[in-house]
Amino acid sequence: MSMIEFKLNGKPVAFDGNPLKRLLDVIRDDFGITGTKEGCGEGECGACSVLKDGKLVTSCIIPVGAVGGCEIITIEGLRDTPQGKCLVESFAEGGAVQCGFCIPGMVMAAEALLMNNPHPTEADIRLAISGNICRCTGYDLIVESILLASKKGEGLW
Amino acid sequence: MSVTHIDDKIKRVDAVEKARGEAIYLADLKFDSMLYSRLIRSTIARGRIDRIKVPSLPDGYYFISAKDIPENGKNALKMIADDWRCFADGDVKYVGETIGILVGSDRGVLDKLYKEFEITYTEETPVVTIDDAIKNEAAPLCKENNIMCSLVSDKGEDINEVLSKAAEVIEETIETGFQEHVHLETNGAIATIEDGRYVIYASAQCPFYIRKSICGLLGLNPEDIVVKQTVTGGAFGGKEHFPDVLAGPLLLAESIIKKPIQLSFDREEDMLYSVKRHPSKIMFRTGVDRDGNILGSDIKVYYNCGAYLSSSYVVLQRGVFHANGVYNFPSTRIEGYGMATNTFPSCAFRGFGAPQTIFAIETHLDHIARKFGYDPAIYKKKYFLKKGDETVTEGHIIEDVKLPEMMEQITSASDYYRKSAEYGYGSGRGIGISFYNHGGAFTGNGEQAIIKGRLKLVKDGDKFTVLCGQTEMGQGFRTALRKIVASTLEVGMDEVVFDAPNTDLVPDSGPTAASRSTMIVGNLGYRAALLMKEKMNEEHAEVEVQYEHPEGHPWDQSTFKGDAYLGYGWGAACVEVEVDKLTNEVTVKGVWTSHDIGKPIDELIVHGQVNGGVMQSLGYAAMEKMENTTGHFKQSSMSDYVIPTSMDFPKQEYFFVDNPYPWGPFGAKGMGELVFNGTDAAYVDAVERALGITCTKIPIPVEDIEGLRR
Repeated sequence: MSMIEFKLNGKPVAFDGNPLKRLLDVIRDDFGITGTKEGCGEGECGACSVLKDGKLVTSCIIPVGAVGGCEIITIEGLRDTPQGKCLVESFAEGGAVQCGFCIPGMVMAAEALLMNNPHPTEADIRLAISGNICRCTGYDLIVESILLASKKGEGLW
Repeated sequence: MSVTHIDDKIKRVDAVEKARGEAIYLADLKFDSMLYSRLIRSTIARGRIDRIKVPSLPDGYYFISAKDIPENGKNALKMIADDWRCFADGDVKYVGETIGILVGSDRGVLDKLYKEFEITYTEETPVVTIDDAIKNEAAPLCKENNIMCSLVSDKGEDINEVLSKAAEVIEETIETGFQEHVHLETNGAIATIEDGRYVIYASAQCPFYIRKSICGLLGLNPEDIVVKQTVTGGAFGGKEHFPDVLAGPLLLAESIIKKPIQLSFDREEDMLYSVKRHPSKIMFRTGVDRDGNILGSDIKVYYNCGAYLSSSYVVLQRGVFHANGVYNFPSTRIEGYGMATNTFPSCAFRGFGAPQTIFAIETHLDHIARKFGYDPAIYKKKYFLKKGDETVTEGHIIEDVKLPEMMEQITSASDYYRKSAEYGYGSGRGIGISFYNHGGAFTGNGEQAIIKGRLKLVKDGDKFTVLCGQTEMGQGFRTALRKIVASTLEVGMDEVVFDAPNTDLVPDSGPTAASRSTMIVGNLGYRAALLMKEKMNEEHAEVEVQYEHPEGHPWDQSTFKGDAYLGYGWGAACVEVEVDKLTNEVTVKGVWTSHDIGKPIDELIVHGQVNGGVMQSLGYAAMEKMENTTGHFKQSSMSDYVIPTSMDFPKQEYFFVDNPYPWGPFGAKGMGELVFNGTDAAYVDAVERALGITCTKIPIPVEDIEGLRR
């Protein structure tokens, strides 16, 4: 087995192990950062969403062998950036958070959307988070919080 | 520090740490030399265990089962009864029943060993559905007739006489299916020993339930076990009693292994091997006069309870007490039967028995209204309960009922009357309407007789600490209680501390369930804060308060007579749909609701509760199909059991009416369950009108609608 090297939240890292291990488990167990959650284990719920080279992916169905040379950003890598702070603050202010288990993934999905479309409509947002399941909120306040972030974070994206 | 007022718009106290990914949920907790575990479960619905072939276990791996329970211990989880065995022993009663727990350090090795278990059975014919249980052809599972629990409620004249005088008796059977909670965080718990005492960390609603339930396994008292709630990623009733089923095997394993042990379900386990909402079958015989006026209704309610009682009798009681919906019929008789079957035990799920009967009465009345040519809204309004009306338990409605006002709000906002008249039956467009309620807190005098909730408030300098057993599971109570206490004390919320409960440190304020937290425990917080205000000059002060039942509202739990609920939440909903008549695809065009929750404690929290509860109700009616005809659940993942996404339903429009409740903090009543109880019926009404069909069973996913059109 060869070493798998990639960037995790801006830092070069290396993983020496089974290349079929799920990226989610590598992030949580091998690198010990737990903001990325496992909701379903089959890429359906989006709780484990991370950015892979700027694209939103579900880390529970990506083998770590597939991220060699890539840049992976988790909630830990986003939350202290100006964009991350704006999203976290908007989610809190807009009432998007209930049990919170889907929220780190939801924040990643919002970041992925705003990077490509800084001024989304409600319909754009609903589509962008349609792979992220939330059982608590009924989505309305999440949608409104992302709209709020897009307004408050004018110029950030 | 600015003073917090109850009407301030505030941010939830837990929002930022959750959004930053810093909140530590059960699976994020790590202990030194922590072991992992998997439950070994029954693969058949009913039969004798002939042989358990345990694979050869490497050093440091353990298989623990009923045989390991010490002599002074009992193989039972004490929920309301203690019939639910911690481990199957000799026989199995449902697919997924715990047979043992496999423990070791490496999850990969555990998975491999798990697959090597060989258990042989002598299978027996299972009783799976309500119909199986009623027919009683297989050997009965419970008593001679599979009836695990039952009760009767009635009011008015003898129902058979009423029906015999009716111009017509309308018979109809309405059915509802299983519903899975799908809290995004699956079930999980950790057992360990700290300072020589057993400690359970759990994603759970009711820490005090856990210690009571599992202590008997080791012959201990509840106080001998410490339960600490971890950040809980959704529950909805699914973590009310069910955490006991994880904590029991963990405790026994801990008593033998004495190292931290984690048990965390993956999604498939959580789908297949956890409690569900009770499926129901509700049979009406409703007598009407020539104009369709209701003279009386004879209602039989059957709930599928699964193999063990868990909370089913209480769920059934609530189902029966809500079976006439928000209506006052001259005569009603309701018989409720909890049927034992060889399925995973059903248990609490938001609404706790009320949603099934409310869906049934709403849909039944829609059908009667249509048959006699009335608009359902106008037809139902004639029977709205009013203050002072007698209930089916010979109690009374003791509050103003603002349904007419709520109906006006949603019918105006949705333009209901125009659309109801214009959209032809079967035109592809439809608007539906429903009305519902939910009795707040424990039934009758349960708060006083059973729960006796206590709360303590401690002052240390400028810091006030609230001590009680209520849990935050997403619903917002940690924020709500701090807000109630801070605004009563006239201090800032930041000066009030309220942490996740540790059973050693807080008094038992009762379970976080039954829409009782704000209404009952919130009021304890309010009362404690009022007492504390007398002691504001003291550096250190403590006050403790206990629930007191208001005078003049008696309840007899042996006959189920009296005031079942002191305050109800009330609701009204409209749903508008368009249906593609070729593909049966339903597009929801609008959702309008109005709720009476007394007084909203926090605008954002109640907004989120309404949106989420209404969405779960729409999912229940429209898409969430969980089938079980063989003893095995057919759906096992989030791709075959589909819950609503952000694309399935539009933004909701919602209203509240002000109706302060005299015994709630600042006038607040319960709301967590109410908001689930009725939108399902409005959705089905709308789809029926759009397609010109009659629906007597939910869910109705798109693929099932064609069958209804034939």
